[in-house]
Amino acid sequence: MKRNGMRSWLAVASAALLVSACGAGGGGAGNNANGGGGGGGGNVIKIATQSPLSGSNATLGEAIKLGAQLAVEDKQDEFKKLGFTLQLVPYDDQGDPKKGVANAQMIASDADILGVVGHLNSGVAIPSSEVYEKYAIPMVSPANTATEVTDRGLKTVNRICARDDFQGPAGAQYAVQQLGAKKIFVIQDKTAYGQGLADAFKDAAQKLGAQIVGYEGITVGEKDFNGVLNNAKAAKPDLIYFGGLYAEGGLIVQQARAKGLNIPIMGGDGLDSSTMVQIAGSAITNTYYTSVAADVTKTDAGKQWADRYQQKFGKPVESYSAYGYDSAQVLLKGIENAIQANGGKKPTREQVRDAVRSIQDFQGIVTKVGFDDKGDNKYANVYVYKFEGTKYPGTQVAAMSKQS
Amino acid sequence: MIAQTLQSLPQVLVDGVTLGAVYATVAIGYTMVYGILELINFAHGEIFMSGAFIGTAILLVLNGAGWLAHLPKLLVLLLTLLVAMALTGLLGMGIERVAYRPLRHAPRLIPLISAIGVSFVLQDVVRFIAEWRTGNYIVTGVTLYGSEVNFGSITVKSNALFVLGAAVVMMAGLDLFVRKTKWGTAMRAVAQDKDTAALMSINVNRVIALTFFMGSALGGATGVLFAQQYGTIDPYIGFILGLKAFTAAVLGGIGNIRGAMFGGFVLGILEMFASAELGPLTGGVLGAEYKDVFAFIILIAVLLFKPEGLFGQAVKEKV
Repeated sequence: MKRNGMRSWLAVASAALLVSACGAGGGGAGNNANGGGGGGGGNVIKIATQSPLSGSNATLGEAIKLGAQLAVEDKQDEFKKLGFTLQLVPYDDQGDPKKGVANAQMIASDADILGVVGHLNSGVAIPSSEVYEKYAIPMVSPANTATEVTDRGLKTVNRICARDDFQGPAGAQYAVQQLGAKKIFVIQDKTAYGQGLADAFKDAAQKLGAQIVGYEGITVGEKDFNGVLNNAKAAKPDLIYFGGLYAEGGLIVQQARAKGLNIPIMGGDGLDSSTMVQIAGSAITNTYYTSVAADVTKTDAGKQWADRYQQKFGKPVESYSAYGYDSAQVLLKGIENAIQANGGKKPTREQVRDAVRSIQDFQGIVTKVGFDDKGDNKYANVYVYKFEGTKYPGTQVAAMSKQS
Repeated sequence: MIAQTLQSLPQVLVDGVTLGAVYATVAIGYTMVYGILELINFAHGEIFMSGAFIGTAILLVLNGAGWLAHLPKLLVLLLTLLVAMALTGLLGMGIERVAYRPLRHAPRLIPLISAIGVSFVLQDVVRFIAEWRTGNYIVTGVTLYGSEVNFGSITVKSNALFVLGAAVVMMAGLDLFVRKTKWGTAMRAVAQDKDTAALMSINVNRVIALTFFMGSALGGATGVLFAQQYGTIDPYIGFILGLKAFTAAVLGGIGNIRGAMFGGFVLGILEMFASAELGPLTGGVLGAEYKDVFAFIILIAVLLFKPEGLFGQAVKEKV
């Protein structure tokens, strides 16, 4: 009895401690968010973030916001020396194009906002950036991979992550050059995403000298892929590439291994999911996927940064936290350059827009940044991950750059 | 090219027969209900799906309690099958009672629509439960017989043997039941003419309920075996599979039980053959993505020459 009483008392005490710890952490973050909120007047420079802070993508959206917030706080002193109060204004685009455009109008009407970090979803970034273009507000995107984001040739739109159409070629480079694949069997799921990815992979692999021994389609929603895999087995490939999502990808990996196809299987970021590992089970080993997001903890500097982030916000880094940080840094660098060019006075949006686009050699925490004339990052890498054992996520094994 | 086709043919046939066994047992459910009510029970694919989820849930619970390691696998599989059959059978009867019986004298299209409604309800109820319990509606279960068996150049998952075995046993049992027992005779009588059967002191409602129970139980059992075979299930597996099983039933002659079995196997083999060999045989012009087109072209060709299906009898319209 006594011991029980003691134990429950302990439990209560530790729970209370936990709660108070959480409270303190939350309060701290809140204060920081409103850090320079009281200011105003002519010498205020604001940058906005637009990402989903509510809804199903809120975790990723918040990571972008927190990353940007950290960058702003790091730079606040520097801007003070230049005579400016730097502030961050977070907006919630809810992952909804309508909300994103409405927010963009609000941002446009606040003359102190000189740039935007965002969005998470390409579908939101595309219509919102039409508004930015109209009011010359530079946008630096941490996460939008759709080709159309920059292909419209807007002056305000920049991104630091890779384009969708680089994932296939990057996968092909790794498959042919690192894994030494000579005979490749390609499977795709007949969707715009899967087929586009598979086609890009196929073309690049052929250019690199690999032979495509089969190119087949499957139907999304089916569970039995033995037919296609029999065909693959007969063609004796040394690598299978799958363009599609984890639901089918997991089954293909599982059924291929059951047929004795113990060769590497590779896919795009559609396989980047913990469900993929659940479905394929122990068959997952020797499976690769490409992703536009790097594992920031791979470098020492990145690891320190991740620890700092965790300490400050009480949350582990998400895949886009560091991209949010770097996007904001690039944007602030552009603003600084524009201030200098303007003789220390507050620059106009047009000046900041051109200063951001002209950044050529900026070393961020997770990626180097240099924009080409479309606003794509010349140094954007696609990262190859490998599943080692039945756990998610995989291990980053390579970074493929556009130059090689 | 031909040599390669011949070489992989045995494996293709084995995979095709396994898939065909699934189609066949599900097709029986469609054909039994159609035979007796002339109703296409579109919710049958979802009953199959429910069976898959019930079986997976039982196994996950047993596994979570740590009993799975101590019980003989065969016993576990049989028990799971029986429980899933009982539950899906009752589910089928319940659907008939709630959604079809009140509409029995309504125009043909009305129960068809309520069947589609029921199938949506089942999909979303199962999705809700799965998501609530596991946080993800794609569920990966426990595979009892996951090892591979080799016969020469052919590799089969040992579970496939259970799929085949169970399908054959269930189909033979059903065939005997319908042809040899009193209830089976009653079933055939009701199928021929409900009103006259009622005059012969057959309880028509009870016979229809029994038909739904048996068809659904078969579908549910197949669901369990399907989940075992492919490892992963989601609430939408019933849609495509139901459509194909229905096609198999039509191919065999809808309303005819043996026809449905045959149609299921034919469709399974055709589909597997097309997805494996269409690419190599046409030199890569037509790939595996055309397997359904290929299978359905053959289906249309058969139905053009024999509209009543392979085993169906051209029945004169009842007056």
